[in-house]
Amino acid sequence: MSVPAPRQRDRIGGGRAVALIDGNSFYCSCERVFDPRLAAVPVIVLSNNDGCAIARTSEAKALGIKMGDPYFKIREMCRRQGVRVFSSNYTLYGDMSSRTNAVYRQFSPQVEIYSIDESFLNLSDVAPNLRMELARDLRATVRAWTGIPTCVGIGPTKTLAKLANHIAKTVPDLQGVCDLTDPTAYAHWLCRIDVAEVWGIGRASLAKLEAMGVESVADLRDLDPRPVRKGLTVVGERIIHELRGLACLPLEMVPARRKGCAVTRSFSRRITERAVLEEAVAAHATRLGEKLRREGLATNHVSIFYHTSEHDRDAPMRSVSTTVTLPEHTNDTLTLIKAAQLGVAKTWREPGQRPWRYSKAGIITNDLVPLSHSPRALIGAMDRERSGPLMAAMDACNARWGRGSVVPARAGLVAKRGWNTKFEMRTPRYTTQVGELPVAHA
Amino acid sequence: MHLNRVDELLIQSPDAVRVPLIGQALCAGFPSPADDFLEGALELPRWLVPNPPATFLWRISGSSMEGAGIYDRDLACVDRSLKPSHGSVVVAAIDGQMSCKRLVIDGNVARLAFCNPALPALAVDELGEGVIWGVVRFSIRWHVARGQLS
Repeated sequence: MSVPAPRQRDRIGGGRAVALIDGNSFYCSCERVFDPRLAAVPVIVLSNNDGCAIARTSEAKALGIKMGDPYFKIREMCRRQGVRVFSSNYTLYGDMSSRTNAVYRQFSPQVEIYSIDESFLNLSDVAPNLRMELARDLRATVRAWTGIPTCVGIGPTKTLAKLANHIAKTVPDLQGVCDLTDPTAYAHWLCRIDVAEVWGIGRASLAKLEAMGVESVADLRDLDPRPVRKGLTVVGERIIHELRGLACLPLEMVPARRKGCAVTRSFSRRITERAVLEEAVAAHATRLGEKLRREGLATNHVSIFYHTSEHDRDAPMRSVSTTVTLPEHTNDTLTLIKAAQLGVAKTWREPGQRPWRYSKAGIITNDLVPLSHSPRALIGAMDRERSGPLMAAMDACNARWGRGSVVPARAGLVAKRGWNTKFEMRTPRYTTQVGELPVAHA
Repeated sequence: MHLNRVDELLIQSPDAVRVPLIGQALCAGFPSPADDFLEGALELPRWLVPNPPATFLWRISGSSMEGAGIYDRDLACVDRSLKPSHGSVVVAAIDGQMSCKRLVIDGNVARLAFCNPALPALAVDELGEGVIWGVVRFSIRWHVARGQLS
């Protein structure tokens, strides 16, 4: 990697400023917006199939609930302590995420949505002495308009913005805002923060850094970047430059085109029958088709996999993966389903005395290309003229009457899929379903 | 006549006259776990909804706001970016329950009042932060029999 020489605006206190804003305990905060009884009580949100805790309010963290704690282990404690537990309501979280980003865009035209609850904003055009005020205003506006509490970190680079966000979140006196483009704050905080908090420093790097005597963020910043490349790779070198205020990571306003796509699910129960597995992979293929069409992409091969669970140590184990090649690029659901079924047919083995109890299945593709630019097959070309309108009509129905209104028969009716991911404690989809709107008593 | 219906559907693309409250976004960093669960947001005409990210629909349950023209099972369009003032119809949290009330400001005292002469006046004198959830911009009422509603 070649690193450009630092320019004036890249120094600390120079012109460049990036803000990282993120929702505090985002999933839990979304739940709290619509239920005032959750305001001061511990709340956690569970992963797919109600597996583990993936979001915790500060009250829940104080009870010792860790990120990723399996629910069955903490269930009794949650009941005793009055922790409110919810399944993931991704429809709601996705909608609330869009809302917060719509507010961010009113403060900066350049927004990179980094994840469902984190976004980078370009604030370079805001005068340095106004940045803190703007960040406070941004927080207050997001809180008022959407109900979501946030923290804002500002820095000359993404890495420093992320660090500033961590400081804003952990130091209550700062009231949720920290600006490391301010040379005084930069000098004050970098020697006080543990190097483990730096974005991109993983456990492996941490051990190496410890051996080198690096404890604080400032220690890491002051390493000579070139020798570091040996131990910590170019990523480590890049982090050092970023900590010094030299931006190596640009804002990505337009997400890079999707290179691959996967639809994988754990079953809510173990699967032993071929018909059920076929239905599941057909449903995943249906979803894959929808995702590809949404972005106008197509694939000419799909990989199907299914396997038993590593938790079922005493049961027979089996893990299967196979790739099916298509005659040409397509995003036609019916073709993808045929390919998925073929994948199962190629690999299915009739169970013996002790059947394989499959826990997960998925469909994966790589090397996606835009459908309109994909080469046509000389032999076996598919009928795009018929497939296109049919798929468009199916997508239109599902957009208008809700997901799963029209599905290919092979994928099974959504309501009758016994293997579907479990969300037993999910709250209503308050913002997207007219039948599930929140209720105000009058 | 199935094909006709589908054709109609495609021609009458709703985008032309309506905007979804909130559009979908793609993440640049982590793939969003919500990606597989996104639904078309509730659509309202843009001229009725000047500030989509702050606008939420609520279902009204009860008859205490009939004086304000809001009836049982009506929809209330709540705009959280509006500043509540004297006379605003608001959605507010009262004793852990969300309620629709009229905000009455009398000197320094703010109260939340029913809007139905048949019901006694309710006064809430402590209006702490977070009590008022949002201001009702307008409400939606169906004038056909319940049985005909889907």
